[in-house]
Amino acid sequence: MQSPSSLRSFCAAAKEMTVRDALNSAIDEEMSADSKVYLMGEEVGEYQGAYKISKGLLQKFGPDRVLDTPITEAGFTGIGVGSAFYGLKPIVEFMTFNFAMQAIDHIINSAAKTNYMSAGQISVPIVFRGPNGAAAGVAAQHSQCFAAWYGSCPGLKVLSPYSAEDARGLLKAAIRDPDPVVFLENEILYGEAFPVSAEVLDPSFVLPIGKAKIEREGTDVTVTAFSKMVGYALKAAEILEKEGINVEVINLRSIRPLDRATINQSVRKTNRLVTVEEGWPQHGIGAEICTSVVEESFDYLDAPVERITGADVPMPYAANLERMAVPQIEDIVRAVKRACSRSARGK
Amino acid sequence: MGWRLPLRTALWTLRGKQPKATADMVRELSHRREVYSAVPCHLHIFPILKRLQSSEPERACSQNMDEEMNDFMGRKVSYSSQMCFIPEESTNSVPCYRLLSTHGDLLDPSSINELDKELCIEMYRKMVTLQVMDTIFYDAQRQGRISFYVTTIGEEAINIGSAAALNATDVVFSQYREPGVLMWRGFTLQQFANQCYGNEYDLGKGRQMPVHYGSNELNYLTVSSPIATQVPQAVGAAYGLKMDKKDACAVTYFGDGGTSEGDFHAGMNFAAVLGAPVLFICRNNGWAISTPTSEQFRSDGVAIKGQAYGVRSIRVDGNDALAVYFAVKNARKMAVEEFRPILIEALTYRVGHHSTSDDSSKYRSVDEIEYWRTRRDPVARLRMFLQSNRWWDDENEDLLRQDLRTQMMSVLHNAESKKKPGLSNLFEDVYDVIPQNLKEQEQETQAIVGKYPKDYPSDVPLD
Repeated sequence: MQSPSSLRSFCAAAKEMTVRDALNSAIDEEMSADSKVYLMGEEVGEYQGAYKISKGLLQKFGPDRVLDTPITEAGFTGIGVGSAFYGLKPIVEFMTFNFAMQAIDHIINSAAKTNYMSAGQISVPIVFRGPNGAAAGVAAQHSQCFAAWYGSCPGLKVLSPYSAEDARGLLKAAIRDPDPVVFLENEILYGEAFPVSAEVLDPSFVLPIGKAKIEREGTDVTVTAFSKMVGYALKAAEILEKEGINVEVINLRSIRPLDRATINQSVRKTNRLVTVEEGWPQHGIGAEICTSVVEESFDYLDAPVERITGADVPMPYAANLERMAVPQIEDIVRAVKRACSRSARGK
Repeated sequence: MGWRLPLRTALWTLRGKQPKATADMVRELSHRREVYSAVPCHLHIFPILKRLQSSEPERACSQNMDEEMNDFMGRKVSYSSQMCFIPEESTNSVPCYRLLSTHGDLLDPSSINELDKELCIEMYRKMVTLQVMDTIFYDAQRQGRISFYVTTIGEEAINIGSAAALNATDVVFSQYREPGVLMWRGFTLQQFANQCYGNEYDLGKGRQMPVHYGSNELNYLTVSSPIATQVPQAVGAAYGLKMDKKDACAVTYFGDGGTSEGDFHAGMNFAAVLGAPVLFICRNNGWAISTPTSEQFRSDGVAIKGQAYGVRSIRVDGNDALAVYFAVKNARKMAVEEFRPILIEALTYRVGHHSTSDDSSKYRSVDEIEYWRTRRDPVARLRMFLQSNRWWDDENEDLLRQDLRTQMMSVLHNAESKKKPGLSNLFEDVYDVIPQNLKEQEQETQAIVGKYPKDYPSDVPLD
């Protein structure tokens, strides 16, 4: 996949970096800077990472800091959380967040709630990271998007990067944060290269948690997205530009806390909103964003909010069915047109 | 490992003969109760510990051993043309280590010289304190003064015996039936009461149900309800201690039921693989709410599971405070000096109900409960030992119990009369720094409560 040409107008790019390298360099730099940071997960060491995100780290930091774990998500998540209680800063990698369901008791009951339950006595500076959402042809048990589930839980911070800049800045912020952070990556984006400025490459670079980014400024309609869907939204915006619709694309970056201020400010400018996500519709990210806008900016809306989501089915395997189960660029284009009243409601 | 072979086998080996372990020999050994030492010899300082009986059913499988050994992924595996299944249970169950008889007599009278009189008395006093505290809190719940309680009746020896053997810097990951460990370290009766009442002096700021105590200062992590989640957490903390090269270990407690959880398996396995300095202390009290151990597992209890993970283990009489003390003391030394986990299975009986939400007479006989409560009480057992050595007498006993009752009444009254934590405690500690949205919600809530005070509980301060 080529990096969207529209991005070049936003950074004085000195070079390009894949999301994979961005994540790898972020972990490398944070582990060098703080001896309490360590990485654990299945295949992260000798295998260099199931998706090669941790390439070279075992060789550089040794087996004390890069732990290959036996197969038990519940087990190594519990161990990671326990070490965080003690004062270490673990990065727990799940081969995919689908497997993290085996560990979700530790993520929620042991990590998210502990600072509160212990009245501030026990903090949990842990990062849970791994691929989230659909990949390609991996079907029901490997394709679920967990943004909405983790995003509803107080005590967690939930981040989802899109570009290499996002990956570096947000992962560094997550590792440094004293609260438990769920870091939702995307397998398809790992190999995608993005322009990165010198500032982004600096080891001190960090992005604030809870701030969305306006990836593309526009005036006619606001489109919110996160992770891979940001790329789709940008492509849809290019198509719509040719038809005279000027789209503002917001890259959420942070699911919890959600940057309601930026979203509302944008909708108050454009008066129309389309939310895009790959996950299931009911109780999804779009539902929360829609409500936020209705609560705070109702008078500014010129049209009902449009939600583009994945189909309300477990992910099918067959390529043609899979294609229909996740949002495509055309779906976003059609939704924007509906929001702009350019075609009849319902299709 | 320092195995000492019985004399006959040793002689055969000297003569160059292959010792053939026949079924007869195995039976003979069991009958004669040969004593093997299964622990490293540096434990000479605690001579009373070396007497462990071993069971050797696996000897029966080593007939016709093939000389050729294969290096299989780092292990030497010998071949045999005798098809032999490892039996599902061994001829003898894992022996249970004890120092005192049921009636408080030292089984090895000479070992009195190794005992510290002051320590024994202090352990006894704390066991009585725990017993009295439990009884009064349980009654308080029945009277509706607190909402919920979990007693430790019958397990005082495990609580206090193990606590006394640990260092203050050892990090404790408990289940919920180990307040005695916190008590030993200095948590006061008033602090226990404050937590149960959830008042403004509760260290937990009224966030949790009763018996979910915790104290950073005393290295006792706040109790969390899900079963066995503390087991891998303790391993993680132990790993941290190892990386920091601290002279401390992690200690985790769990019941017989907890060993069925996946987390137990993961914790044990990881601890062995990582070489984590952690003590796994299982209170096998016979019951997981209404599930007896016969329905919990089919193994010979819990200690036997240790070897399956490569973890050294011991079974100890959980109602013998001295045995628990020495077992934990030794285990701790091994864990910290050798960077290894140790599994301790303490056999005991849950005299009380699972909690105040349970009535155990519904699933077990009242006779059984009464038997263990009156005839196998760990507190009474230690008392008999102390009194037979004239280290304690009836007058001490009456004074202590009287004093404790008075203290508890005052402590309850104090806790009851205190205010509840202020409204701001609802919103703090969700994160390290309170986020803007919660600050706004707090302001909103304060405003509404201020405007409609009659709609809100009067004992919740607005600050």
